[in-house]
Amino acid sequence: MTKAVLTVIGIDRVGITARISTCLAEANINILDISQTIMQNIFTMVMLVDLSKSTKNIDEITEELNNIGEELGLNTQLQHVDVFNSMHRI
Amino acid sequence: MFISPDEITQTVRMIQEEHLDIRTVTLGINLLDCVTEDIKRTSEKIYDKICRTGSRLVPVCRSIEKEMGIPIINKRIAVTPVSLLVGNVCPEDCVMIARSLEKAAEEIGVNFIGGYTALVHKGYTNGDKSLVKSIPQALNETERVCSSVNVATTKAGINMDAIRDMGHLIKKAAELSKETGGSACARLVVFANAPEDNPFMAGAFHGIGEPECVINVGVSGPGVVKSAIEKVRDKDFTVLAETIKKTAFKITRMGQLIAQEASRNMGVPFGIVDLSLAPTPAIGDSVARILEEMGLECCGAHGTTAALAVLNDAVKKGGTMASSHVGGLSGAFIPVSEDEGMINAVGMGALSLEKLEAMTCVCSVGLDMIVVPGDTPASTISAIIADEVAIGVVNNKTTAVRIIPAPGKKVGDVVDFGGLLGRGPVMKVNPFGSEKFIERGGRIPAPIHSLRN
Repeated sequence: MTKAVLTVIGIDRVGITARISTCLAEANINILDISQTIMQNIFTMVMLVDLSKSTKNIDEITEELNNIGEELGLNTQLQHVDVFNSMHRI
Repeated sequence: MFISPDEITQTVRMIQEEHLDIRTVTLGINLLDCVTEDIKRTSEKIYDKICRTGSRLVPVCRSIEKEMGIPIINKRIAVTPVSLLVGNVCPEDCVMIARSLEKAAEEIGVNFIGGYTALVHKGYTNGDKSLVKSIPQALNETERVCSSVNVATTKAGINMDAIRDMGHLIKKAAELSKETGGSACARLVVFANAPEDNPFMAGAFHGIGEPECVINVGVSGPGVVKSAIEKVRDKDFTVLAETIKKTAFKITRMGQLIAQEASRNMGVPFGIVDLSLAPTPAIGDSVARILEEMGLECCGAHGTTAALAVLNDAVKKGGTMASSHVGGLSGAFIPVSEDEGMINAVGMGALSLEKLEAMTCVCSVGLDMIVVPGDTPASTISAIIADEVAIGVVNNKTTAVRIIPAPGKKVGDVVDFGGLLGRGPVMKVNPFGSEKFIERGGRIPAPIHSLRN
């Protein structure tokens, strides 16, 4: 299983989670875990996703997420889970 | 979630706001098997081998960047010191090899290729002599080739003949590239105790103790360290050092991860992670600003050397645990023209050449990217090198000099080299001469390492 972390940060508005999860669903990417907070109107969503059955490659997904990000004024970042494992766990 | 959202956003913030990046993935390539009797054939074999071995470096790094979401700023090649490949040839023939290196670097898409190098700490071989002589022309005819000369080691002492020659060669390289402010000198490093596995340019080369090919990685993250210590502004040095250590650990883990991935994807062994904090001219990516954040009004003020010592030591302690193999230069870099805070400090009159020299006693590298007036005599440049090299030799550490006597420029002028090399304010040099001292030549004996005081 290829796990990745998707981070979405930006100004809160209606439909962010819907748009992002639709995009992931269309690529057959399963959401394993999700955490969402709003601090001082800044929306922060962290998703753990499984890319192993994805129908699109990482370039395509990144581009689609970036497009949604631009449209909704969000910063999206998709990164392999190893990045966080190696930085925060010994 | 297996990792808390706070930790995840911390990492994302480091990358997006605090300039955390992988400064360089450097592929070391052995070229000893390219040696033939004919220099033209040798240079063709060199070109072929670099293109063959290095062709996947840039694509592999790009795919890792995408997957991990961490920028890899530079992809580079380091090769066996060219002086070992050329034998008894004339300097013009050495330049042929430089052209081959340039062509190969262009072909595989790397911005710098290091290893136009001679190791002459005890004396010149014929090959060394030709190569060293050819350096100004080789640098002037290329854009990517980086050159280094090791003029001293703690075990061999200091080759003062080579230091005398380097003063003249640096002046010549500056003169040849005067239209760009003497920029050829930005690709020339004079070393004491040069490391064989350094991934950073301009001093990278593939040492003779290295394997056939190797991946070495240099991380960066002055901005991350600075924002971490902003949170402990009122705390004492124990807390400060601990904070830097923990941050250095996190930064270096990224280097280790990228090094392992690059090594696995390319099928090339992993060598080392270099722990150096490498600044860039970008705002928020400065080592000088870290020192100021510790409580100094301006980098260069009294206390700067102590501040740098704290930083350098804590970075090493944190980084060492984060990586399975550490090497290269591993310390804080203080290149003047490549660090926004250093440029500012020189402009304010807070930072002098003498203070920089003192700072190099406690950090890695040395007098790096220093611009001095174009009329600085060759003997003074040699003497600056001799001072810096003596610090390295006596203290059993690597030191280096990368100095640019910018033709036609005076103290107070600023020379813009563009890109990562930044812009350097012309610094004041001590006007008293060292000519007779440099003219002596010969070798300074290796220092004694007992009876230490």
